[in-house]
Amino acid sequence: MTDLLDFARGPALQFSLAVFVFGVVWRLVSLLFMPRLKDKSVKRSGAKPALIAAVAEFFRRMLPKPEFAKRTRFTTINGWVFHVGLTIIILAFAPHVLFFKSLTGLTWPALPNIVIFAVGGVTVVSLILALSHRLSSPVLKLISTLDDYVTWIVTITPVLTGLAAASHVGLRYETLLAIHILSICALFVWFPFGKLMHGFLVFLTRGEMGAQLNRRGIEL
Amino acid sequence: MAEPKTLGQMLEARGISRRAFLKYTSYLASSMALGSVAAKAMAENLASARRQSVIWLSFQECTGCTESFTRSVSPTLEELIFDFISLDYHHTLQAASGEAAEEARHIAMRENKGKYVVVVDGSIPTKLDGAYSTIAGISNLQMLEETVKDAAAVIAVGTCAAYGGIPAAAPNPTGAVGVDQLVTDKAIINIPGCPPIPEAMTGTISYILSFGKLPELDHLKRPIAYFGDNIHDRCYRRPFYERGLFAKSFDDEGARKGWCLYEVGCKGPITYNACATLKWNGGISFPIQSGHGCLGCSEPNFWDKGGFYKPLPAPIRDIGKVAAGAAVAGAAAGVVSAAVGRAKKKSAMKEGKS
Repeated sequence: MTDLLDFARGPALQFSLAVFVFGVVWRLVSLLFMPRLKDKSVKRSGAKPALIAAVAEFFRRMLPKPEFAKRTRFTTINGWVFHVGLTIIILAFAPHVLFFKSLTGLTWPALPNIVIFAVGGVTVVSLILALSHRLSSPVLKLISTLDDYVTWIVTITPVLTGLAAASHVGLRYETLLAIHILSICALFVWFPFGKLMHGFLVFLTRGEMGAQLNRRGIEL
Repeated sequence: MAEPKTLGQMLEARGISRRAFLKYTSYLASSMALGSVAAKAMAENLASARRQSVIWLSFQECTGCTESFTRSVSPTLEELIFDFISLDYHHTLQAASGEAAEEARHIAMRENKGKYVVVVDGSIPTKLDGAYSTIAGISNLQMLEETVKDAAAVIAVGTCAAYGGIPAAAPNPTGAVGVDQLVTDKAIINIPGCPPIPEAMTGTISYILSFGKLPELDHLKRPIAYFGDNIHDRCYRRPFYERGLFAKSFDDEGARKGWCLYEVGCKGPITYNACATLKWNGGISFPIQSGHGCLGCSEPNFWDKGGFYKPLPAPIRDIGKVAAGAAVAGAAAGVVSAAVGRAKKKSAMKEGKS
């Protein structure tokens, strides 16, 4: 199946990365240049500069408010687990480092495979728990759209196929590698148009929220 | 006319003991992952076999496959086995030349009709009716068609004969192809490699002689006994891969310490061959042991996979320019979207809707 691998490493990767870059840049540029209603209210006294408020809000929202901590414990911890897991897998697995090096010229040390396997396993379990929670919570289920489920599929598939490829389980290595790369291509194509775009938008949305809230109310 | 001697009789005449012969067939059987029963059957069948007529056709090639075959440091007995194949036609090895050589081929074809084995090394050019390579006034294409017509089996030796090889590299000016793209009505075995491992050739031929059938083949018609595992799975540097220890260049500390060559483009994980187990030059070494990554020479199109030194996870097409173009197009589309939004807002404000 080297032909499939050639296709994955060649046209599929080239096309999907082009779609990814186009989509991300298009969404970010259009968002940044969109007409905005100017906030004409007088900002509260003692308000921080907008940029500082924006950055502070980004970090503040990484943990829930204490009064909600108990109720949101699962989503907070589980969310952290799979986000950190995905970050480690993407950035610290040797073949991935090589992939980024081939694109950017930058390189950094990788972690041993055994660590990546362990993190990958935990990440898969965490993602499955996230889906279970979504399906078992009436409110979450009600507000879930097709986007949520497609996003989940294109996120977990590369992890599963990557684990299979790295451990040579199931099919021949070149076939597993081809399937893994194709699953990443699917993720690249979906990324700008689905909820995965939060990977970029999270900085803007949280920052904007922080800047706006910073102006409102009165100084306590 | 005396009945042709069997292999066993000829070995005996040469002073090769039955014990030595059994040891050899055990070696052959184990190299093909066959059991002890098969080794015994192999010995018995091989001992009673008559010389197998072989016609070796060399087309668009470098003679590297023949060099590998003849210069192998294999057991003396193995060389004798080769002697017992009646090599009736081979450009490089035969004494005859010109019309006498062609006559030898025709005689072998006539006298062993339906029984002879054709070994091909080199690709076959198909453009201009095969005019890019001719022998004795006929194209390789014609010679192949003519010779395989009454053959029992065809063995494509080397990557050129198996898949087109280097001559088929893009843009493939001669329209080079492998044997199985042209011959569809005969049993074909591919023994690829640039060149192939000698034992893979002799072992496969011995198997056919012993059992009168083809060995088990994979989807690329390669004997599974020699091409069943990828180099990576059998590589002695594999533990370094697992530990994330890689040579970053061919002369760095990692290279000197014998770490994994994955980052410098080793194609071991996608290459199926016996290099890491049988090795070369009598089991002395193989490319990875000598410090160079596997080129993947037993796989189709290995020369057109983006470069020998490009690691497997790297894209094989130019991403930079395409990504830059996509970024510019995305920015333009974003500006247009924003402009449309602004125009709508302006229009709405004019109409007093805002």
